[in-house]
Amino acid sequence: MTHATSAARWLMRRALFAVLVVAGVTTLTFVLIHLAPGDPIYLLAGDGGNASYYDSMRAKYGLDRTIAEQFVRYVRAVLSGDFGYSFMYQQPVIGVVLEHLPATMLLGGTSLLFSVILGFGAAVLCAIWRSRWLDAAVRGVSSVAYSAPVYWTGQVFILIAAVKLGVLPSGGMSTARESLEGIAYVVDLLWHVLLPAFTLSLPLAAVIVRVSRASMMETLGEPHVRAAVARGLGRSRLILRHVAWNASIPVVALVGQHAGQLLAGAALTEALFGWPGVGHLVLHAGAHRDYPLVTAAFIFISASVVFFNVVTDAATSWLDPRIRLT
Amino acid sequence: MQVAAATRTGLLATSAFRRTSGSMSVRAGGIVVGALVLVALAAPLVAPADPFRIAGDALTPPSTAHPFGTDDLGRDVLAGVLHGALNSLKVGLAGALSAALFGIGIGGLAAMCGGLADDLLMRVTEFVQAMPRFFLVVTIVSLFGGHLWLIVLVIALTAWPDTARVFRAQVQSILGRDFVVAARAAGCSERRILWRHVLPLTIAVVGAHASYQAGNAILSEAALSFLGLGDPTVMSWGTLLGSAQFMVREGWWVSLFPGIAITLTVLGCNLLADGLVTESPEDV
Repeated sequence: MTHATSAARWLMRRALFAVLVVAGVTTLTFVLIHLAPGDPIYLLAGDGGNASYYDSMRAKYGLDRTIAEQFVRYVRAVLSGDFGYSFMYQQPVIGVVLEHLPATMLLGGTSLLFSVILGFGAAVLCAIWRSRWLDAAVRGVSSVAYSAPVYWTGQVFILIAAVKLGVLPSGGMSTARESLEGIAYVVDLLWHVLLPAFTLSLPLAAVIVRVSRASMMETLGEPHVRAAVARGLGRSRLILRHVAWNASIPVVALVGQHAGQLLAGAALTEALFGWPGVGHLVLHAGAHRDYPLVTAAFIFISASVVFFNVVTDAATSWLDPRIRLT
Repeated sequence: MQVAAATRTGLLATSAFRRTSGSMSVRAGGIVVGALVLVALAAPLVAPADPFRIAGDALTPPSTAHPFGTDDLGRDVLAGVLHGALNSLKVGLAGALSAALFGIGIGGLAAMCGGLADDLLMRVTEFVQAMPRFFLVVTIVSLFGGHLWLIVLVIALTAWPDTARVFRAQVQSILGRDFVVAARAAGCSERRILWRHVLPLTIAVVGAHASYQAGNAILSEAALSFLGLGDPTVMSWGTLLGSAQFMVREGWWVSLFPGIAITLTVLGCNLLADGLVTESPEDV
């Protein structure tokens, strides 16, 4: 079979699986919400009405139908692009989610950048300097960074950078008292994203440093690298030219998988720093029983996870043709 | 035959044990986890009073009366950390055990059955892995209420796929080896092969995964409590950190000590897991 047709078949199969995952998550969320204790009619119609009022309201919202009928109606609506109406925001769900998306993308993108710079940078330094002390320090710091919960490290950073040193803002996305425009607004925004992005970047940076270090050590033993050493290539040029590039492939895979998780995975950081992103939104929606918003958010989040997984697999296979798409 | 099989398991167990106990990572992890267990078990003796009780003035810094200070309601932070250790021990143990049981059951079934059942079970495993798992836990707990055992169950129900995949791969590779073929030829039943020849060789890897799962379960429960979704009747490190976030300025100690406790505990679990993985017999 030619490479092109096998790749097409792979894509078809992955796309099918992706659709199944999103459909499964949607069904699961729908069923869970209906199994949950409590009647959503009191959220929609308020307290203190009489029985006939609630009956008429149930009929209005279609809540008098069976779960199966409601589910079919919901799926039809979603397929035509209608994700429902948020109880909490009193506007279409899709608009609410899209409104919160840029904040999460800014935070997530910055934190991925930090993770790669910190993790990959530390691994390259370890490979170039070959110092036992640096190795031990990197290993120790990465173990702690991987184990510490972000909602605690974030508090420590707030204490140091915002309270003690007073150099960075402790939360929010912009300075509330000033109405900044243009370049000043962007600078203010970047100033606010630094601390939460750094906090969020640490666990992934810890994984990246481990994986890329191991991968560099493996590459160092390969014939083409040994040949380059024999030719008299200097240590840092050797690492940067021949070793680091190879080690970047597993890093691409890690970053790609992580990017899909960020929509949901940034929730705890967003909650701590009062960052108005999607994760924070879903936490609020769950707490306020905004069912249409919760269900729609689940659809978006699972779609983003499977989408990034497919893209990541394709990208790693393209970077290293030895990795087959199966 | 029976005697030979028994000695073989015995030898493997001891040699695996000797190898694991030699490792730095396992030792460090073991010490931290052991310390957690001691602290947790001692909590009711050292701090017999209810950790929710008001023990002094609000937000007093660490002193001899309150070594970890008090929080905004005047509750003793040390008592909270000690009782939080007990809670984390419960969550870690129960979470790891149930996730390991689900994982071993499903992974083992897939490996032993093979064919269509294997395919089906592995697709289900991949399906669960592709779901936004932490959010699912958050949503289920916020819909059905934060009861400690419900939280542990939901965490385990989303955490098993990793163990299942590794366990299946292990069992498959062992089933293909000569001594299993020999045992089959000698007339061993499938059940006997599983118990005598396969399971003993998977102990290190299963142990590593259980240890990793314990750390994960502790982190997840703490995250739920941090968000205010935890069990309100139980003192958790997450609850302490959840209230601490609003007083970083006025009382750093409310944040610092529970944070160190949780980081050390999870670090211990992860070190133990790392060590067990690298020290497990490589030919398996």
